[in-house]
Amino acid sequence: MASICFYFQVHQPLRLRHYTVFDKNSHYFDDYKNSSICRKVANKCYLPANRLLLDIIRQFGGRFRIAYSITGVLLEQLDSFSPEVMSTFDALAETGCVEFLAETYYHSLSSLYSRDEFVEQVNKHTETIEYLFGQTPRVFRNTELIYNNDLAVLVESMGKFDAILTEGANHILGFRSPNFVYRPQCCRKLKLLMKNYSLSDDIAFRFSNRSWPEWPLTAEKFARWVSDVNGNGNVVNLFMDYETFGEHQWEDTGIFDFMRHLPEQILRHPDNDFKTPSEIVQAYEPVDTVDVPHLISWADTERDLSAWLGNAMQSNAIHELYRLEKKIKKTSDEKIISDWRKLQVSDHFYYMCTKYFADGDVHKYFNPYDSPYDSYINFMNVLNNLQSRCAKPALLNTKSITNKALTDKNYLTEQAIEGVCQPSGGS
Amino acid sequence: MDRIKVFMLGWEFPPFISGGLGTACYGLTKAMDQLGIQVTFVLPRMVSSKFATHVKLEFATHAKLQASESQMPMSDLKLGELKNVVFRTINSPLQPYSTPDTYQQRIEESLRQKHISNSGATSQYSGPLDYNSDMYTEVHRYAEAAVELAGNEHYDIVHAHDWMTYPAGIAVSAIRERPLIVHVHSTEFDRSGEHVNQMIYDIEREGMERANKVIAVSHFTRNIIISRYGISGEKVEVVYNGVERNGNDDWTLAKTGIEKDEKIVLFLGRITMQKGPEYFLHAAKKVLEVVDNVKFVMAGSGDLIHRAVEMAAELGIGHKVLFTGFLRGEEVRRIYKMADLYVMPSVSEPFGIAPLEALDNDVPVIISKQSGVSEVLMHALKVDFWDVNEIANKIVAVLKYPPLEMTLRNHGNFEVRKLRWKDSAQRCAQIYGETLMQFDKCI
Repeated sequence: MASICFYFQVHQPLRLRHYTVFDKNSHYFDDYKNSSICRKVANKCYLPANRLLLDIIRQFGGRFRIAYSITGVLLEQLDSFSPEVMSTFDALAETGCVEFLAETYYHSLSSLYSRDEFVEQVNKHTETIEYLFGQTPRVFRNTELIYNNDLAVLVESMGKFDAILTEGANHILGFRSPNFVYRPQCCRKLKLLMKNYSLSDDIAFRFSNRSWPEWPLTAEKFARWVSDVNGNGNVVNLFMDYETFGEHQWEDTGIFDFMRHLPEQILRHPDNDFKTPSEIVQAYEPVDTVDVPHLISWADTERDLSAWLGNAMQSNAIHELYRLEKKIKKTSDEKIISDWRKLQVSDHFYYMCTKYFADGDVHKYFNPYDSPYDSYINFMNVLNNLQSRCAKPALLNTKSITNKALTDKNYLTEQAIEGVCQPSGGS
Repeated sequence: MDRIKVFMLGWEFPPFISGGLGTACYGLTKAMDQLGIQVTFVLPRMVSSKFATHVKLEFATHAKLQASESQMPMSDLKLGELKNVVFRTINSPLQPYSTPDTYQQRIEESLRQKHISNSGATSQYSGPLDYNSDMYTEVHRYAEAAVELAGNEHYDIVHAHDWMTYPAGIAVSAIRERPLIVHVHSTEFDRSGEHVNQMIYDIEREGMERANKVIAVSHFTRNIIISRYGISGEKVEVVYNGVERNGNDDWTLAKTGIEKDEKIVLFLGRITMQKGPEYFLHAAKKVLEVVDNVKFVMAGSGDLIHRAVEMAAELGIGHKVLFTGFLRGEEVRRIYKMADLYVMPSVSEPFGIAPLEALDNDVPVIISKQSGVSEVLMHALKVDFWDVNEIANKIVAVLKYPPLEMTLRNHGNFEVRKLRWKDSAQRCAQIYGETLMQFDKCI
């Protein structure tokens, strides 16, 4: 039996506006760019892909099944800029053939820096999915499939998840195949689903590559490769960015046609079926435990964290950001907390990557900045402004008791200098 | 094919280097020497130059002298290592970066000195060197002298650097029927903005038109050559400059005896319109609004130096801006060792070797996007020269965020090592080969 498990990652970052050290305004995000990109991707990818998958689900009754993980930051953007995408996701949810996974609401690296923050963000995301799609996520995927033993233990201890997803990295699995269900080291209940990166990347990265010997990839050919797993594995985990459809692989590459015919070709083999991650968990028991002492991810050939934390600027920016956690939360100011969390979106750090800077490869394609240095400067300037906003309510509270007139004066001058400030904040 | 013999019309050699042109000629020729290319390097020399006395070089005093005498190679230690290069000089007051005005001033100065030191010196100057002529006449007289200097010896190719040598290049190439390559290190548009000197422009244009190939130091310059001089793109090749590694890196701040508790932001270059000194000062003013412990150093001289001093005072930042005047050799290294950041806000910079030298000395750089060097440097901060706000923003960022300065410095220093004169020379050799093949086919 080979169960095909499709999971699509759906995410768009929140791009910062150009922010210099001289800026005082506390509005950090580039609304124009964010909305226009959101609409563009909605038209090229989300809408056509959602409609296509909805068609296929209806065509095959309950036999075609898929899973999504949609970040909170994208849900907010879709809600504002492309509400029609929300209604198609809603329609997909209603088919009963679609599972929604849990992740950090802000697509953050919080699992590495603050457990409290991590748990809060996962809970916020779970609640949002419940509210929007009427189902409670039972499977967790971390940002960029970042994973190690400690994370598995933490996720198990949250008591609400049956499984966690990660990359089927060669250096972790060795001779073992990603086409089975595993158990994380030190976990008793949680199951581990590992991405079949070879078959996943055939679609996500190589599909339109004309120098690839297998080009052009047809649904028939791909179904044959999947069927070859029979007798040698239980599951084929096809994990990829949803933007593969229409955005990374443009429509004229034939990616939509490929997807339209794939389910039919796969189901032609009697031993194949489609399952969502939760159904995989129900159907298969772990065959072995997997030990991942060091962090892995699904990024680049290194499958490590160097795309986000590979240089001094990245690590400095992220440390400075999480160092503010207590200060930020102490303000109880929702706007400040929300801004701080939006700065946690992993893409901000990805833009600062100098790894392949000179080659102008994939990193550049997704980068709104001319250089990693510009992105670091911008981020740090924003962070500085955010930090300056935290200091104010505390100042206001201590002084307001003793000298109201002075406080009023202080408050007004600061407001004039620093821009918007909420006097109601403070602990 | 035998080793290529090049008749090269160049400028300045160490230690008398006044800017990027001399550095480029030296770097390129040295690398060509190592590739085994035979170069006859012709450069102008002002006889009554104040340097002439303390340099132990044997120059022919006049191009008309016997070939055997004028072939005397330079005996300077540094140049002695160049096995395949023969130096020849032509008496001429031409200097790089001259404008007709500065040329005239220098001539007058030189005449004055001559009268003082040498009342009966006219016997030394039996040639056609005419101190009364203007710069254009001199450029053409230089061409005549170059033709005579080339004599009957065989050269494969003629290679001329920047406009003052183009007429010489054209003349030698035409008389000897050998292909001409003109090497564009800067154009009249870079030096003068839109106020171009028509005669200089005409000379540049004729040089580019008559050349079999034009070498531009960047795509930035190549675009100007195509759009402003109407030269066909097929004829224009880009060869980037390199940088000389300065080898011994054990030179730390401690050894310079400088103590400093203030950050230093450096402008190093000719203080002329082309280099954008006013943008540097306006940015400095903005930086000082948010950062205090910083000084701005302007190293160099030029026709805008007095204006720059005045401007610093007008902006109320006079106490934060230091002017060093023109620096050379060890002084340059010393200032780099002191600097925390190098800023090049050039309005129009064909290449810009100085930022590479800064990076080589572990100083991170901010460079204008209107420069050739921004095409080859990834690990530099880039700005539009007119965007004073952004220049200031980036200066503050480097001063304020140590990881930025560190990453720029480390990656930049590494990147600079990849820009070698050897590669530039190889690329030139390749262009020689192609040009010769085409040229010989046509004959």
